[in-house]
Amino acid sequence: MVSRHSSDTPIPLWRDERFIRWGLQTLVLAVVIGVMGIMVVNMNRNLQQLGRQFDYTFLKNQSGFNIGEHILPYSPDDTYGWALWVGYVNTLRLILVGFVATTGVGILAGIASFSDNWLIRRLNLIYVEIVRNTPLLLQLFFWYLVVFFGLSDGSGVRRLAGIVYISKKGLYLPWPANTVSTWVAIVSVFLLAFIAYYIWRWNLRQMEQFGRPSGIPRLLLWGIGAIALLLLSVGLNWSFPFLSNDKLIIGGVRISLEYAAMLSGLTFYTGAFIAEIVRAGIQSVSKGQWEAARSLGLKTSAAMRLVVLPQALRVIIPSLNGQYMHLAKNSSLALAIGYPDIIATGQTTQNQTGRAVEIVLLWAVTYLTMNLLISLVMNRLNQSVQIQER
Amino acid sequence: MRKVGLIAALLSLSIAACVTNNPTPTSTSGESPAAGIPDSSRLAAIKGRGKLICGVEGTIPGFSFVDPSGKYSGLDVDVCRAVAAAIFNTATDIDSKIEYRNLDSTARFPALQNGEVDMLSRNTTWTLSRDSSGGNGLEFGPTTFFDGQGVLVSKASGIKDFAGLNGKSICVETGTTTELNLASRAKQNNITVNEVKFQDSNAAAAAYAEGRCEAFTSDRSQLAAKRTGLAKPDDHILLDDVLSKEPLGPVTINNDSALFDVVRWVTYGLFQAEEFGITQANVSTKLKDANPDVQNFLGTQGDLGKQLGLSNDFLVQSIQAVGNYGEIFERNVGTNSKLKIDRGLNKLWTNGGLIYSPPFR
Amino acid sequence: MVHHHSNPSPLTDMSQLFFLVWLRKNLFNSWINTILTILLGTLLFNSLLKFGHWAGNFAKWEVIPQNLPLYFVGRFPPGEYWRLWLFLSLLMLMTGLTWGVLTRLSKGYLFNPTVLCGLALAVLTISIWPFIGDQPLLIRLQLSGLIVLLSVTAQISYWCGHPSFPWGQRLTLGWVVIFLIGLWLIMGGLGLPAISSIAWGGVLLTALMSLVSSILSFPFGILLALGRQSSLPVIRGLSTLYIELVRGMPLITILFVGLIMVPLFLPSGWRLDVVFRAILGLTLFVSAYLAETIRGGLQAIPKGQFEAANSLGLNTPLTLGLIILPQALKISIPAIVGLFISLLQDTTLVSIVGLFDLLGISRSILANPIFIGRHAEVYLFIGVLYWLLCYLMSQGSRYLEKQLRSHP
Repeated sequence: MVSRHSSDTPIPLWRDERFIRWGLQTLVLAVVIGVMGIMVVNMNRNLQQLGRQFDYTFLKNQSGFNIGEHILPYSPDDTYGWALWVGYVNTLRLILVGFVATTGVGILAGIASFSDNWLIRRLNLIYVEIVRNTPLLLQLFFWYLVVFFGLSDGSGVRRLAGIVYISKKGLYLPWPANTVSTWVAIVSVFLLAFIAYYIWRWNLRQMEQFGRPSGIPRLLLWGIGAIALLLLSVGLNWSFPFLSNDKLIIGGVRISLEYAAMLSGLTFYTGAFIAEIVRAGIQSVSKGQWEAARSLGLKTSAAMRLVVLPQALRVIIPSLNGQYMHLAKNSSLALAIGYPDIIATGQTTQNQTGRAVEIVLLWAVTYLTMNLLISLVMNRLNQSVQIQER
Repeated sequence: MRKVGLIAALLSLSIAACVTNNPTPTSTSGESPAAGIPDSSRLAAIKGRGKLICGVEGTIPGFSFVDPSGKYSGLDVDVCRAVAAAIFNTATDIDSKIEYRNLDSTARFPALQNGEVDMLSRNTTWTLSRDSSGGNGLEFGPTTFFDGQGVLVSKASGIKDFAGLNGKSICVETGTTTELNLASRAKQNNITVNEVKFQDSNAAAAAYAEGRCEAFTSDRSQLAAKRTGLAKPDDHILLDDVLSKEPLGPVTINNDSALFDVVRWVTYGLFQAEEFGITQANVSTKLKDANPDVQNFLGTQGDLGKQLGLSNDFLVQSIQAVGNYGEIFERNVGTNSKLKIDRGLNKLWTNGGLIYSPPFR
Repeated sequence: MVHHHSNPSPLTDMSQLFFLVWLRKNLFNSWINTILTILLGTLLFNSLLKFGHWAGNFAKWEVIPQNLPLYFVGRFPPGEYWRLWLFLSLLMLMTGLTWGVLTRLSKGYLFNPTVLCGLALAVLTISIWPFIGDQPLLIRLQLSGLIVLLSVTAQISYWCGHPSFPWGQRLTLGWVVIFLIGLWLIMGGLGLPAISSIAWGGVLLTALMSLVSSILSFPFGILLALGRQSSLPVIRGLSTLYIELVRGMPLITILFVGLIMVPLFLPSGWRLDVVFRAILGLTLFVSAYLAETIRGGLQAIPKGQFEAANSLGLNTPLTLGLIILPQALKISIPAIVGLFISLLQDTTLVSIVGLFDLLGISRSILANPIFIGRHAEVYLFIGVLYWLLCYLMSQGSRYLEKQLRSHP
């Protein structure tokens, strides 16, 4: 590999670094453009042979098919475009609720692995190992066909845990009734949370200044908590499902078994991964931090809350981003269960119209923007917990 | 690194082996080129390949059903066989010339459009939007089974008619006309039904059998077939309501008239054979029939087959392979079969039905 | 925990005491833990009881043994099963060889308690499993033969595994050959009757798809990872674009691209087998993730390595190929194995697009009128199969990693 030529002869073109750099790039670009070009030409010719053209005007046509469950108003008279939008909103409904639920499960399971209770640690381990080593799609089928259809077996209605009903048509849960007082209560709870946050901050400042918590803020916080609890239990006008005389379930909110299965599957699947992230995050905080916090006189729970968790969050949040993106993408498996998300409605549309290419592109754009948004939000969140250098 | 290169080369070779480029026979090759077949037609590709790839449903007894040993049977399957016999000009061991591909309702059109199958013979309803080039861009052959959409319910459910489905959940196969008909009939009757959608008819039927839905809607013939597979067929009834017209027949791709004409005229040939009284058993003796129409039909005279790019006696092979339409019907779905479907609309036009073939001239 | 069945002795008291202390320390050390333990314990006990009741009285397990061939090989023609048996024997031979040699090289024990336990469990399963068919005894003998083959080869190669022999290269070559022979036996051709890809199914198809796509994704993944790290803006841009595009989309849409759009991209008249289109989709998908994994490994290589290689006069391709990549790949092995385990799980998605992998074939079995409603039995069974596959993969990789570390 030793170059033979002396330094005064010009470097041959093929060994000139600049030439190689530009040559290689041009070559790669040419190949990529060439292959893409051939593919597009082929596609155009093939589509032409089928007598079709790439265009999106079909979105304005009447869809004619039904969508099993929808938040937005929808009927078969609406357009394909609206049907897809309704499917998209169904997707959002799944993943947004999923984010909250899976974060809860994940954090709980992650902290449980530090429990000093042997049984909890074991059960947690079994949960994580089973969920992570079996396919999500299989788990979804299990939730849907075995758990939820198993529970709703028979033709009648079944009562679970006193306040929940299940039948072939869905799961009936207690839900706040849609009245003025409910909304007032919800707004007040938010206000209280806001106030509580500031009192908590004040309390922290007091601790930093005087080295011990003062009694008043703590008392105030307890009071606020009690009021909020009262508002939540009574003020929300909970409507409980019950069985009427003619065997119909009245009241509460109905969620379809498909939605329930998707939500449980996604929540517990992603939760197992988040649990591992949380565990690793907490482990990443050095033992010295614990010891320092304890030697300052903080109790275990306070040390966890005030010292360890804020530091662990710096490790946890960047990894959470990936899990949320996974959850969003995995929600596309709703197609297999029959929950009408964007993929399922798109599939039906593609079947009725034969517009495969257009639909696949639409899916791609939808998920790409969705994931971009998740990344943006999570990056913001990440910035806010990172160490602010002075 | 060299080894990696070697592995990569071997792998790409084995992948390359899986990409099949169907050689399109050029007209310069010595064998008599079929007059009407352009190179671009899939008919040329089929002949070159030596196999017809036929998309079927595969799970509906009487129409297309594959038994555990892999043998196919049914009315739709016999249409595939008739077409293959005509194209390859042979009636013996015709299944060796056909590759059946089971397709569910969502997979069937993409499979046809991207060339995975040459034709569909798979309970596919003829509709404008599927036929038009602005829609699915398909070409529909003659209807081989005039059907209507029905609803299967259990006797225990107490549902008596379509309006009784209000508020009930109903299993339906997605991507089908039945799905659309159900939506529009429900609207017409001002009822709401809870549709539970499935990708293939099997899953839908299984879900109904398990009691996940209170009713199951599909083509009446298909419901009759699926009912035979239930644990207690007599506990289930077909509602009298007919929700739609469902003309079912073979399908090919748009813009390939050479292949489409073959499928169309072979199918018509099966109808015409029944009208002429030509059966699987007597076709060889009918070759000497004095009737000039029959002679034209069977290719002992004239060049009807040549005009399609086939051999002249193509219908002899088809009939020898599967018999005429009446025989196919009786064998697979007729009153003596398990399905016990009355011929009804599917009688010959001479007997008051809709089975009618244009003249073979 | 220690158990003694002999009559009371001081030792038993001690162990009882130990047990009580353990209980107190691990389950009942505070009132919250006591409540939680009792609550969870009752719940667990109840569920196990219910499950046992169901499994013993209500479950109809015959859906498993009656369809056993379907779960494992799909609709592969029974007349050609001998090919799969042959392939399995070769596989066992090669596994035994590798295992024996690696254990010898690392001076470990061949049959440690865990392995013995696993083998015993396998033999037990084989001997009590209710095989249905003409010759259950023959299948039992064949399966036991495979296990004997594995153990004997391992033992022999352990004896013969002389450290001076260049085992690494030979074993790699052996695996490549086995893989190609396996492909030939499964696909047919070259003298054997060809078997259409529609006939492949069950575990066979699952394993085939995940194996082939993970191998195919390697070159792509490495190129993409290098491209993303490259100082050439065009290449970096293109690699980044590809990786981010694929990672932003769900696998199911990429499978649809493979199944619906790829035929449109091909010149008319060309056909790509449906299984290979699915493999293509999986490969395109996993390459992007693999690239990111390898990039992590690349970033962990200190810059000094580049500089040292450059100062030795190596050009960029040689530096990458000989110095950087081997180290980067070695660092990323655990992550790569994790990726391939999730690829194995992801192959289940092909059942949505109509292929009969292990999950797909189970769904079609469940649609059979005879087996309607047996979801719990079937899904539990294939869940155990998937779990075993994933578990074996992760254990195997852990073992391999240990061997590599102790014997570089």
